Amino acid sequence: MKRIFSWLAMLALAIFLIAPFVWMVLVSLHPAKSPIPDYKDLIPKQPQWGNYKLVLFSPEVPVGRFFLNSIIVAVAVVIGQLFITSLAAYAMARIKFKGAQFLFWLFLASMMFAGVVTQIPVYLFMRSAGLLDSLSALIIPGLSSAYSVFLIRQFLLGLPFELDEAAYIDGASYWVVYSRIMMPLSKPALATVASFTFFSVWTDFFWPLLATNSMRLRTLEVGLSIFKNSYGTTNWPLQMAAAVITLLPMVIVFLFSQRYFTKGIQMSGMK
Amino acid sequence: MKRNRAGWLFTLPATIHLLIFAVLPVGYTIFLSFYNWNLIRDERRFIGLGNYLRIWQDGGFLKSVLNSAIYTAASVPIGAAVALGVALLVTQKVKGVTAFRTLYFLPSVCSQVAIAMIWIYIFLPKKGMINAVLGMFGAPNGTDFLGTSGWAMAALVFMSIWVALGPRMVLYMAGILNVPGYLYEAAELDGATKNQQFWHVTLPQLAPTTLFVVITSTIGGFQVFTPVYMMTKGGPEGSTDVVGYHIYSAAWERFQVGEAGAMSFVLFLIILSVSIIQFRVIGNKQVDG
Repeated sequence: MKRIFSWLAMLALAIFLIAPFVWMVLVSLHPAKSPIPDYKDLIPKQPQWGNYKLVLFSPEVPVGRFFLNSIIVAVAVVIGQLFITSLAAYAMARIKFKGAQFLFWLFLASMMFAGVVTQIPVYLFMRSAGLLDSLSALIIPGLSSAYSVFLIRQFLLGLPFELDEAAYIDGASYWVVYSRIMMPLSKPALATVASFTFFSVWTDFFWPLLATNSMRLRTLEVGLSIFKNSYGTTNWPLQMAAAVITLLPMVIVFLFSQRYFTKGIQMSGMK
Repeated sequence: MKRNRAGWLFTLPATIHLLIFAVLPVGYTIFLSFYNWNLIRDERRFIGLGNYLRIWQDGGFLKSVLNSAIYTAASVPIGAAVALGVALLVTQKVKGVTAFRTLYFLPSVCSQVAIAMIWIYIFLPKKGMINAVLGMFGAPNGTDFLGTSGWAMAALVFMSIWVALGPRMVLYMAGILNVPGYLYEAAELDGATKNQQFWHVTLPQLAPTTLFVVITSTIGGFQVFTPVYMMTKGGPEGSTDVVGYHIYSAAWERFQVGEAGAMSFVLFLIILSVSIIQFRVIGNKQVDG
């Protein structure tokens, strides 16, 4: 009896969480520029799949280009960040060097003041480096992250130290221990960091909005916000079609990577 | 020593990045807050504490701090309580529970811009989803949630709880599964009801999780930007002009980066002190429990 009650509660909550998405898909299939449908007519009589074609191949808003930009930036940041942060995390967790503790606290503290406090100086810095309005401007600030260093370090601390010691006795260098022993064993942590990073870069809005200006350099997230203005705030079917196009790849990637999210969040919560 | 050299070498790329994109910018924000600096005309003049004086007298900034405080004070405790409730629900052994967890997590990984577009539609008067449902039950359905100053903030808070449920739920799930089973056995032997077990065993044991959830979502709450930018632009009548948006318009619409720097630094101090207070209050409870 209690189980049925819990199950019903979960179902109700699921409906509440999913209803907005269903609503979005239904509206996206109404004729473009049609008035807002009443809830009784929400299910379109003739689904307008052409809306998706209109959005994807719109001459004013190059959605395909946005998509490509998002992929380039996300992939570059994920690869760069995995390499740079895993090097640092390895040193902090496994090499007992002078200053490791200090560095760790510096990284941890920096997580407090990211975002709002650093936006103007980072913008001015990128401007004086002549990097504004380029894909590099979107990639370089993401190449390292204190949060990722922290996650990988936590994982590496949990591996047995006999591994490194045995390797050192055999004459292995730090680099060999890092690349041949530690990294292959850290695949779960690296996968978690990769999925987190991918999603946070893909959905980043504020920085790409500031750092890029030309249409051909916009990412999907910023492009979508432009779309909202250029198609008129009342053209709901096309807006919702654009929203579906943005969300669909993310939902698919998420369904394949979700267990890494769960793991990662739990790792970060256990300090 | 070889070991020290290796350690610094391995951490070097990340450390340089940290210096350039986190440590130096904070110093630079403080530096530029002492200047009257217009980004477009690119002229700057040292004015000491002039910017701090101006944002204190201007009132707009203080109002935005208050708005952010309201947003955070509403969304953080409600969001944490909802997440805890859902976590208790999905840690039971019920069929299909993993599918539900996935569904609950979904909104938090979605594009915030797309989510904002969907919710603008949901909040529309008469035909938006919420008003349509109200209409089905014969309730008044003409409220323009985002266009009425009394409702807009509540609408943003409501949406933020929907969006951020997933990660908070997962944190609480981990916390709940880590509570040692013998504590419940002992409580049961003492004749504690399920209700008492929740208040005297589960909740105190979850204090570290709650601390983490509350501090991280407070930091996020004070910095909220995208939904405001997309959905209300700070309106109506400035009722959703939160600090993150206020700083944005000072820096990137009026190009007063010195003034914006002063605001950013004040915001940083606010977030820091709120976090310390939360750490003290919830951290102490942990010792009591």
